[in-house]
Amino acid sequence: MGELFAVEATTAAIVLRSLVVSGLATLLAVLVGVPIGYAIARRQFRGRTLLLGLINTGLGMPPVVVGLVVWVLLVRSGPFGDLGLIYTPAAMVLAQFLLATPMVIGFTIASVQALSPRLADLLTVLGAGRVRTLWLMAMEARLGLLVAIMAAFGAIVSEVGASMIVGGNLERSTRVLTTAIVTETSRGEVERALALGLMLLGLSFSVNLTLTIIQQRARP
Amino acid sequence: MRTRSLLTFAGALTIALVSFAPGNAQSRPSIILATTTSTQDSGLLDVLVPRFEKERGIDVKVIAVGSGAALRMAGSGNADGILVHAPDAERQYVESGDLIDGRLVMHNDFVIVGPPADPAGARQATSAADAMRAIARRGVFVSRGDNSGTHAQELALWEAAKIDLTSIARREETGQGMGATLNVADQKSAYTITDRGTYLSLQKRLRLIIVFQGDPTLRNVYHVYTVNPAKHPKAKHAEALAFVEFLVSPRVQEAIGAFKRDLYGQSLFFPDASGR
Repeated sequence: MGELFAVEATTAAIVLRSLVVSGLATLLAVLVGVPIGYAIARRQFRGRTLLLGLINTGLGMPPVVVGLVVWVLLVRSGPFGDLGLIYTPAAMVLAQFLLATPMVIGFTIASVQALSPRLADLLTVLGAGRVRTLWLMAMEARLGLLVAIMAAFGAIVSEVGASMIVGGNLERSTRVLTTAIVTETSRGEVERALALGLMLLGLSFSVNLTLTIIQQRARP
Repeated sequence: MRTRSLLTFAGALTIALVSFAPGNAQSRPSIILATTTSTQDSGLLDVLVPRFEKERGIDVKVIAVGSGAALRMAGSGNADGILVHAPDAERQYVESGDLIDGRLVMHNDFVIVGPPADPAGARQATSAADAMRAIARRGVFVSRGDNSGTHAQELALWEAAKIDLTSIARREETGQGMGATLNVADQKSAYTITDRGTYLSLQKRLRLIIVFQGDPTLRNVYHVYTVNPAKHPKAKHAEALAFVEFLVSPRVQEAIGAFKRDLYGQSLFFPDASGR
């Protein structure tokens, strides 16, 4: 009985860790990606199409490659080794942030470009400052922006390659649902692996349902 | 109003996330222990590491890779200690001065497993090399192919059997750990070589049976080392040495021998450090 509770406590910690690591990475990606996406959507400049092409490539960035690059940078013999970040949740947040940001930028560009191009000018004429304009534009584009958040969170909470490489799948600090599924499968504990898979789907569903409720309630 | 509730939600989320932020990971000393998948997949380190962490107040980050990768991590100063089972490969790193404080920890043995029907007739083999020749003739072999100690042992056996790898038609590499490789071999009705510990802990889910065992060349020896701080200044030597001393201490040696012994009726690992 005690052992059962211990197992459940570990599983709860793994679910919570998945939520926190991917949630934090998504939040950071939104803070960085939305302003960048907004700026790209609103401006014309040389190389814009090339930049858009790069961002669209970033939408399909292979997590395992991003993980490998972050590993090379953070590992003790690497350029940022002194930070001591390798095999910590922070390293996982960084890798997932790098994966999520192009998605947030890409979806932000698409949803801001869908707005009337004169809206921002109108807001300025009506006396809104820069920050206020950005905020009101974001409110107008929120349907698309919430899709951006859902897509980014959904992608990084379910990736395994980067988390495995930079986190190291440490039982009590960096094991998340996806890496736990790999471990349990490798150990032949297929039932446990399947149960964790259901939890991952459940986590994804709860987060997306919450965001969808916000999205639909906020519908203009 | 909606704007405000959205803002409140975002604020609450931020606070929740920041309070869980991974910043407090540095409060206790920690070491990186690169090791083999077999010690992880058998569950041995899940028993030993928490004990060490509690007793010494040093966290151990166990990175389970093949012995080859573990040795390379040590050689580039990316680990503080290693627990591996590839004696030939280990020697080079000891000679180059990357590894010090080497201690024999334990042994078990490798066994050759295969489908119950044993189409290659490996059960009639008189030596490990003989068994490998039989499998090369009439069996499918699934290899780890991941530079692990088990992979090194497999290659040594092919060499001892005087079989050129390229001449074996039905040999595949998984590039994965022991547990995953056993699953593949099981599904493909193939032969593979495994440490006894991992096989025993997965046995109830496998149809594979032991077709050959007991040859002296199948001995599987685990050593622990610290990474030399004179060569890799960032290595946390004192903490890693504490882990080495922990592993070879009499009571931990006893725990290694007793690990899962009641469950399987035999030891998965045999302690070797006592008396040295």
